[in-house]
Amino acid sequence: MVGSGKGIDTDTYFVICCNILGSCMGSTGPASINPATDAPYGLEFPMVTIGDMVNAQKEVLDHLGVNRLHSVIGGSVGGMQVLEWCVRYPAMIKSAIPIATTMRHSALAIAFNEVARQAIMVDPQWNRGNYYHQQKPDLGLSVARMIGHVTYLSDEAMRRKFGRKHQDNKDFSFNFEANFQVESYLRYQGSKFAARFDANSVLYITKAADYFDLSDSINTRESLQDLQGNHLKFLVISYTSDWLYPTYQAKELVKALKRTGQDVSFCEIEADCGHDAFLIQDNRLTKLIGGFLDGVTGS
Amino acid sequence: MALQAPERLRFDLSIIASWIKTDARVLDLGCGHGDLLAWLQLHKHIKGTGIEQNKEKAAACIGRGLSVLQGDLKDEVQDYPDGFFDVVILSQTLQQVYQPDELLKSLARIGKQVIVSFPNFSHFSIRMQLLFKGQAPKSRELPFSWYDTPNIRVITLDDFRKFSKDVGYTIVKECAINTHDMDRKGNIVSLFSNLRATYGIFLIEKK
Repeated sequence: MVGSGKGIDTDTYFVICCNILGSCMGSTGPASINPATDAPYGLEFPMVTIGDMVNAQKEVLDHLGVNRLHSVIGGSVGGMQVLEWCVRYPAMIKSAIPIATTMRHSALAIAFNEVARQAIMVDPQWNRGNYYHQQKPDLGLSVARMIGHVTYLSDEAMRRKFGRKHQDNKDFSFNFEANFQVESYLRYQGSKFAARFDANSVLYITKAADYFDLSDSINTRESLQDLQGNHLKFLVISYTSDWLYPTYQAKELVKALKRTGQDVSFCEIEADCGHDAFLIQDNRLTKLIGGFLDGVTGS
Repeated sequence: MALQAPERLRFDLSIIASWIKTDARVLDLGCGHGDLLAWLQLHKHIKGTGIEQNKEKAAACIGRGLSVLQGDLKDEVQDYPDGFFDVVILSQTLQQVYQPDELLKSLARIGKQVIVSFPNFSHFSIRMQLLFKGQAPKSRELPFSWYDTPNIRVITLDDFRKFSKDVGYTIVKECAINTHDMDRKGNIVSLFSNLRATYGIFLIEKK
């Protein structure tokens, strides 16, 4: 998707990609050292919102001296940041591509996040977020990731990938070992994630996504109009089998954008991979985004 | 990359295009691959939006830089502000619409003017087929069998004149043409149009 001659063509565009506030993968988060105490923040880390993440990205752009963006592009929680950008800094943006995302979480999405958080918080090793000098809540984090993984897949994708296949072609053991491939896959994904991610970051980021709600701002006519009165160009994309942010939520966004007179395109892509579809190499998405970006004009 | 517009439009579309003013805000319902929108954008600098049900076609439109919503006509026309479009185009789609009266009423809300075109079912060749063969007619404009056709309605020029009045419109302009489905060539029919024209194009606005 991103690179020379690709959908987001680095021969034409300068691409900026930031990590999000609250994460443990580069930005400041609960695992970072609190300068006041010389120890990791843990739950001392302030609650962050999607708006805070966007404001931090804005600081990066100010630092780089960039004041106009050809497009803001992102999927899932990244798509929420796209929408937040449009609401906070419309004058800086010519176009926006929110992918597989929503204006606000449904009860279903919040429920899954809450189960994931509870899985972490009931792990005794979690210790109210203060585990950085001891054994980490890896079991809780693994379970949280297993739940997450289910929400990123779909019935079709799981049927196709696993069905009821047995792990290692062995007979059932009739105990609680992972006899089904899908069990073994989820356990593997869980422990792999626990090895590289911080449990507290999951708590903060999932909560930021749950609190996110832009439906009022996007439904207000003036909020997305930039200073010259030019409207942004939007491309909203959803996937048929995404049950975390289903197409009806993308359509609600499109509806709000239409009502406020925005220039909006929408396309639902046929894919059986669920929410994860937007992460999978797909020529249709590449063409859509490439062509859309080429068609964005204006100062 | 500049917008890829066709060099020449299909004959019926070229007439529709000639009725559209520079800089107009245009909605094209059932825009297909977006030839008309692309042409209008390039030559008339319109602000265009298309609605297309077919996912591949909608994606192709977006990929060529047009603003297009993939979805169902009757749902997608709902949410625009009143009078948002200068012109709404319904080109060769009316014969496929389930509730044409409801659709035309919705269009009266969002568009100042509406252009409607459709194949004329009272063309003499169609009348002849019914008269002499006694079978549901097929033509180059309506080539499908009765049991396998997207065209669920048959419309004549006279039918549409009456219908447009019944749903609250006046006819501003009309043009009957004789052309084949994909042709760039054709001619305007002025005499006995209900009998001789293969297509009718109407510019209507709310009374």
